[in-house]
Amino acid sequence: MTRIYLPQDAASLALGADRVLRALQAEAARRNLALDIVRTGSRGAIWLEPLLEVETAEGRIAYGPVSPNDIPGLLDASLLSGSAHALRIGRPEDHPWFANQQRLTFVRCGVVDPLSVEDYRAHGGFAGLERALTMSAEAVVDEVKTSGLRGRGGAGFPTGIKWNTVRMTPADRKYIVCNADEGDSGTFADRMLMEGDPLTLVEGMTIAAIGVGATKGYIYTRSEYPHAVRTMNGAIAAARLAGWLGDNIKGSGRSFDIEVRVGAGAYICGEETSLLDSLEGKRGQVRAKPPLPAIQGLFGRPTVMNNVLSLAAVPWILAHGGAAYAAFGMGRSRGTLAVQLAGNVARGGLIELAFGGTLRDLIENWGGGTASGRPFRAVQVGGPLGAYFPERLLDTPMDYEAFARAGGLLGHGGVVVFDDTVDLAAQARFAFAFCAIESCGKCTPCRIGAVRGVEVIDRLVAGIETVKNFEVLEDLCELMTDASLCAMGGLTPIPVTSALTHFPDDFDHKLRRSAPHVAQAAE
Amino acid sequence: MTLIRELDIGTPIRVSDTTVTLTIDGEQVTVPKGTSIMAAAMMMGTQIPKLCATDSLEPFGSCRVCLVQIEGRRGYPASCTTPAEDAMVVHTQNADIAKRRRGVLELYISDHPLTCLTCSANGDCELQDVAGKVGLRDVRYGYAGENHLDAPTDDSNPYFTFEASKCIACSRCIRACEEIQGTFALTMEGRGFESKISAGGTDFMGSECVSCGACVQACPTATLNEKSVIELGTPEHSVVTTCAYCGVGCSFKAEMKGETVVRMVPYKDGKANEGHSCVKGRFAFGYATHKDRKTKPMIRAAITDPWREVTWDEAIAYAASEFKRIQAKYGRDSVGGITSSRCTNEETYLIQKMVRGAFGNNNVDTCARVCHSPTGYGLKTTLGTSAGTQDFASVEHSDVILVIGANPTDGHPVFASRMKRRLRAGAKLIVADPRHERGAAECHGACGRHRSAGGRSLCARALRNAGLRCLGQVRGTGPKFARSHGGAHRGAGGGYTCGGPAFRHGRQRCDLLRIGCNGAQPGQHHGHGHGEFGHGHRQYRQTGRRR
Repeated sequence: MTRIYLPQDAASLALGADRVLRALQAEAARRNLALDIVRTGSRGAIWLEPLLEVETAEGRIAYGPVSPNDIPGLLDASLLSGSAHALRIGRPEDHPWFANQQRLTFVRCGVVDPLSVEDYRAHGGFAGLERALTMSAEAVVDEVKTSGLRGRGGAGFPTGIKWNTVRMTPADRKYIVCNADEGDSGTFADRMLMEGDPLTLVEGMTIAAIGVGATKGYIYTRSEYPHAVRTMNGAIAAARLAGWLGDNIKGSGRSFDIEVRVGAGAYICGEETSLLDSLEGKRGQVRAKPPLPAIQGLFGRPTVMNNVLSLAAVPWILAHGGAAYAAFGMGRSRGTLAVQLAGNVARGGLIELAFGGTLRDLIENWGGGTASGRPFRAVQVGGPLGAYFPERLLDTPMDYEAFARAGGLLGHGGVVVFDDTVDLAAQARFAFAFCAIESCGKCTPCRIGAVRGVEVIDRLVAGIETVKNFEVLEDLCELMTDASLCAMGGLTPIPVTSALTHFPDDFDHKLRRSAPHVAQAAE
Repeated sequence: MTLIRELDIGTPIRVSDTTVTLTIDGEQVTVPKGTSIMAAAMMMGTQIPKLCATDSLEPFGSCRVCLVQIEGRRGYPASCTTPAEDAMVVHTQNADIAKRRRGVLELYISDHPLTCLTCSANGDCELQDVAGKVGLRDVRYGYAGENHLDAPTDDSNPYFTFEASKCIACSRCIRACEEIQGTFALTMEGRGFESKISAGGTDFMGSECVSCGACVQACPTATLNEKSVIELGTPEHSVVTTCAYCGVGCSFKAEMKGETVVRMVPYKDGKANEGHSCVKGRFAFGYATHKDRKTKPMIRAAITDPWREVTWDEAIAYAASEFKRIQAKYGRDSVGGITSSRCTNEETYLIQKMVRGAFGNNNVDTCARVCHSPTGYGLKTTLGTSAGTQDFASVEHSDVILVIGANPTDGHPVFASRMKRRLRAGAKLIVADPRHERGAAECHGACGRHRSAGGRSLCARALRNAGLRCLGQVRGTGPKFARSHGGAHRGAGGGYTCGGPAFRHGRQRCDLLRIGCNGAQPGQHHGHGHGEFGHGHRQYRQTGRRR
């Protein structure tokens, strides 16, 4: 029987993976072929999805992107023996798009059966946890400190230091909360990991629990991620059944369990304190800090609050040592960043790279330029609160500090590419509009400021009192930056001011009349 | 007489055994650990402008008016939510801070009706005050943007209106309803610019609201305003008084216009209520001007005679002569006096003085005798006094609260709010009462109300008798045991000094308030006696005056 691998993550499904499956099953039945089909996550090359892989003597041979219509032809060309075809890309690990990545966190994603503990073990899974179970809590935290791992949710706070605060805070119980409320535009790494290699997250959270002395973990994710929720729940059940979760993990005397909680659909619940309120069953509203969640978090207890990618980096760190992880990267940005390349780009997807590569390399060499074939104009990095960079900033290395110096942020690693038809004044307006829709409404600068921001930009591009309104816009951005309660309002000015700085012509109502993007938009 | 404006230090007073010393605007100040920068500044006389903060509520950090700068820290932290720390150097006033505060007010006013002169809270509005303090002169956003000026007014409640167009979404009303009253009638609906205060999705009258007035008290604008103020205008002077309803004895400011009561506002310095109220004391003062109220003395010689209006001198002389006549005819012990549990301690004291001094006998009592002679006797026997040994505030230090023969939610709502606040913090409640107690029902499950096996509440008297019998059987118990294990003990001077945490807490609160008053608002206690007796007797009365 031939083994076939076909992804079933949300992106592959959206691109027709299930239709490919049905076509394959029907055609195989017609031809009397016995197939063992394993549904995996995605390897991250969204531009190749649905990526169908066949197990052969030379290893797994991939074909993509496959449509249902391609199936008879593929079988005619002896797909099952990995033979030549226009869609054949060979062994994925040899393909430069995959081979040139530094896959640590996503090493198993798209490779393993997400719900198989056996498969996970066979690919190096649980090695980190096994080691952690033999270590003291302090040693576990120290290993993470050594790795230099910083919060991958966007803030970049050193994970080990956060863990240590939780470890050192006495309490009757502590929690691990995984922030999987991935709401940034152009980001999908959390979802991919939960759909493709959920046991890595289970393992990471369990190691965190050992490090800080927590007994209960929550994964807070989005209602828009039904596949991730299903897979995550399946993986937790499988881990529990195999003794990797629950009471007395693998006879170690340590206990930890995980529950998946689904949000009701608010971007702000990705902000850690709103998330905690929502998790407690309250309205998702930002809390003032202090107290820090590490000291008074979920239900007032010390809580590790980490992004999926931070926690998922931990098993590798524990298995290979913090120093090995720290060997990747540059400056104070150690390890790898899971870049999610999206927008107007020819080859979009998830690319895990050591910190230090440039945006230009990413967009040109991995992304293959714009999908439209038109000239590149801008790139937004770090989600809707990230800066818009022009061509001349493309050599900025992917590094927290370098991005901050350039007036931007790496955020959760989302990279959205725009061609020359983009109207940056409209994008700046969108930043305010997004904030207005997604603000929790607690603090004044965000609640009212975002609405006024939209109005001021509308007046600017209409040519109304431009001198005064530029000044008002500048003051508003300064106010939101300095006075907002959380990063939602505090970072909204970043896309706005970057658009103003790098693309001032787009805000000039006279120049706009002849601008190509305005003409394009009017058509 | 003037209107009493109570000091608001912005965030609740913190009590701690340790202090921190910080520098605010170049001046050193030492405060208990946990005190906010805002309160610390207020204690040294610096008022940081604020809107969402008030010292009856936990800090919230939403308005962003109170932002300050702290040396060595980034940005502009809110002074209400940032605790004072040792060696901190804080700046509360400079051009950068001023610009940002003005910026926040500019946003607020871009979505607020400009009808100050005709507004019911004109002159009594924190938004107006703060706009003045930050020097807002221009709203550059204009007034044509998206706004809430057409938001409908809810005037379903008979005592106050909710004028949504004036709401600044500071959540003070919601927090007051939750934190102080514990009714949870209010919530925030929607998010962002669509955020609006909602009485649980219905109008105020149809909601869970019990009209305690805490939200109205907390509102910094005219959004929640007493209908009497809307009708009569703002009051011009206050008279501090004690509520004439239940035995809790809440202090109120009767806010007046001449002889007319405009509104009754709970007084923060009242030890029984600390600024909280219930619907009765807060809004049910119509009796003050009721047509049936007797405002002139009247006498009649026989029950068959009609009442005759007389002067006070004639009425008092007539009553005195009649007492004397009865005593002459039937003996000294033939007359006596009884006071109601609604009377204040002062009134009860005066009656006993009259009976003992003028009647020359001991025939004096209060109606509290009917239900409280057993507890009075018990306390006297075990602790040496029949007065309460704890004040209401001490419930905040209780882990288990045993309520016997009382239904505070209905009978003493202001105390019930305080008790429920403690229950929400995790204390256990045991109710022993044949009647249904709403407070207990609310806490059932979470608080572990103990019931007998048959599902009926334990009968109070049976419980007390059983307890007494048990105590009698255990060797080494009795008055001596109780004395050594109670919170109160006889001090050197024969009076009672109390060393328990609750008492220490109470004393520190008083001290801190005094610091605050002296620093920022000297002489705010004008107009009402506040001597030694005043403090002591309130504690006395809280248990001594029950119905």
